[in-house]
Amino acid sequence: MAFVKLLAVLPFLGILVGVPLLNRVEPLVLGMPLILAWIVLWVVLAAVIMLVVYWCDPANRVGGDSRP
Amino acid sequence: MSAALVIIAAAVGGVLCLGLLGRRGKDMDLEQWTVGGRRFGTILVFLLIAGEIYTTFTFLGGSGFAYGHGGPVFYILSYGCLVYIISYWLLPPIWRYAKHHRLITQPDFFAHKYDSPVLGILVALVGIVALIPYLVLQLKGLGIIVDAAAYGAISPTTAIWIGAAVVTVYVMVSGVRGSAWTAAVKDILILAVVLFLGIYLPIHYYGGYGAMFSAIQAAKPDFLALPPKGESAAWFDSTVLLTALGFYTWPHTFGSLFTAKEERVFRRNAAIMPIYQLILLFVFFVGFAAILKVPGLEGPAIDLSLLQLSVKTFDPWFVGVIGAAGVLTALVPGSMILMTAATLLANNIFRYMRRQATDASISMLARLLVPVVAVVSVIVTLSGGATIVALLLMGYSFVTQLFPTLIASLLPRNPVTKEGAFAGICVGVATVAAISLSHTTVATLFPSLPATFQDLNVGIIALLLNIVALGVVSALTRRKTITVQMIPELVRLGRRPASMNSPWDDPAERH
Repeated sequence: MAFVKLLAVLPFLGILVGVPLLNRVEPLVLGMPLILAWIVLWVVLAAVIMLVVYWCDPANRVGGDSRP
Repeated sequence: MSAALVIIAAAVGGVLCLGLLGRRGKDMDLEQWTVGGRRFGTILVFLLIAGEIYTTFTFLGGSGFAYGHGGPVFYILSYGCLVYIISYWLLPPIWRYAKHHRLITQPDFFAHKYDSPVLGILVALVGIVALIPYLVLQLKGLGIIVDAAAYGAISPTTAIWIGAAVVTVYVMVSGVRGSAWTAAVKDILILAVVLFLGIYLPIHYYGGYGAMFSAIQAAKPDFLALPPKGESAAWFDSTVLLTALGFYTWPHTFGSLFTAKEERVFRRNAAIMPIYQLILLFVFFVGFAAILKVPGLEGPAIDLSLLQLSVKTFDPWFVGVIGAAGVLTALVPGSMILMTAATLLANNIFRYMRRQATDASISMLARLLVPVVAVVSVIVTLSGGATIVALLLMGYSFVTQLFPTLIASLLPRNPVTKEGAFAGICVGVATVAAISLSHTTVATLFPSLPATFQDLNVGIIALLLNIVALGVVSALTRRKTITVQMIPELVRLGRRPASMNSPWDDPAERH
């Protein structure tokens, strides 16, 4: 689980380090400027990563630490 | 009266009815009114939090910023992606603590964690100061929409007064339940309108997205990337970080997370919300489509770009549908903000001055303060000339100053003392105020620094000073006072220090 949680660091690197490096309009990717396409990619990846984290986190199992 | 206005008026009427239905059969004490009795599940909490994100700020401000600033608008999409990752770990401990101690507002949380009612008052004041620009921008949006939909028949000033009156009535009758139900209606409407505009306009005017972006690139080279100076990569990173950290320190966001039934709600939302962010893309597309089609808007007028392009493109009745969606995006968050500001004033400032006040009188006072806050905001709105995004960033710079103190309070052994917390917040907020009032940037303060540092968001500088003050004062005061982490031990020993009898204490907990 500790390893899976580390995945959550990746979007921070993708946005804060990746965007300044890929700060260009051309080439257009899927009709969008490169910088925008890169950010959209990370938004989608962030959702996938958080879904994986959610599934792997024992706190979310039935009878975990979540009480009504 | 134009067809557009009729449709907007009908939408507002419908929302008021929904608000009334939301409270039906409920006995509205302060906990019911502000945190919905802490019984909301994933979907209602999702709607409340989403309802706060998709405000006039995104609808008019986002498209306007895309139109007037180009590439830097992508910061909005970027911070949103990081916010939800943070929320997965940040929100459950806050929620657990608030539920255990039956806290209603954000200052309650700080006051309780640091055992300092005075710190609670400070946090309440920071929250109110930050909420005013946020409310002002919603009212500004309302004014712009009604003005455009009336085709000049109603002045923006009148429109702002009408808008403020509607929000006030709405909040006074319905409280948080009304917000959640209206948020559902609003989200569906805004989703449909934004998707339609973001797909239709680029295709109608340019033939497709690629063609649109190529045309903009040819007319304004590199407008859609971050510029080398000003809103550069350094500005982008510091602004994304500042807003991502500050997002959950807004007092009304704190309030809406208290409505959750169980903590898993937040972890589930952490995976859904980033995808929901993608609606923003279509808001940007509308702003980009306007660049070459309604050129010439400058300064605060860039916020008009979406509506000007709509008026140019569609029949009045459809402008009315767009306007109705826009009015709801201002009403729902506006009502949350207004309710939060009034509750903070009544529950956290007034209650401290008159400790014998009953819950019923506080609840009544909170409701009576709603129109007062609304009138103050209208006056500020009518006097200011800032863009929607500039207003929001100012509010963010203020609330983010609460972040270091918040994080420290969640650590197993809090290294920060209440004096440290107080000093850090004061230094941070004073820095933001000084910088905002004198229109200073990092460049004017330190002209010899490299350009990269000069473009940093000033809120980050304030945050760094805040952390330094917090650390130094905590180190100086740590051994002299009873610190928060000692309280559980003292309670176990049955020796409760006299200083702990604060008005925030839960009576049920007292032995």
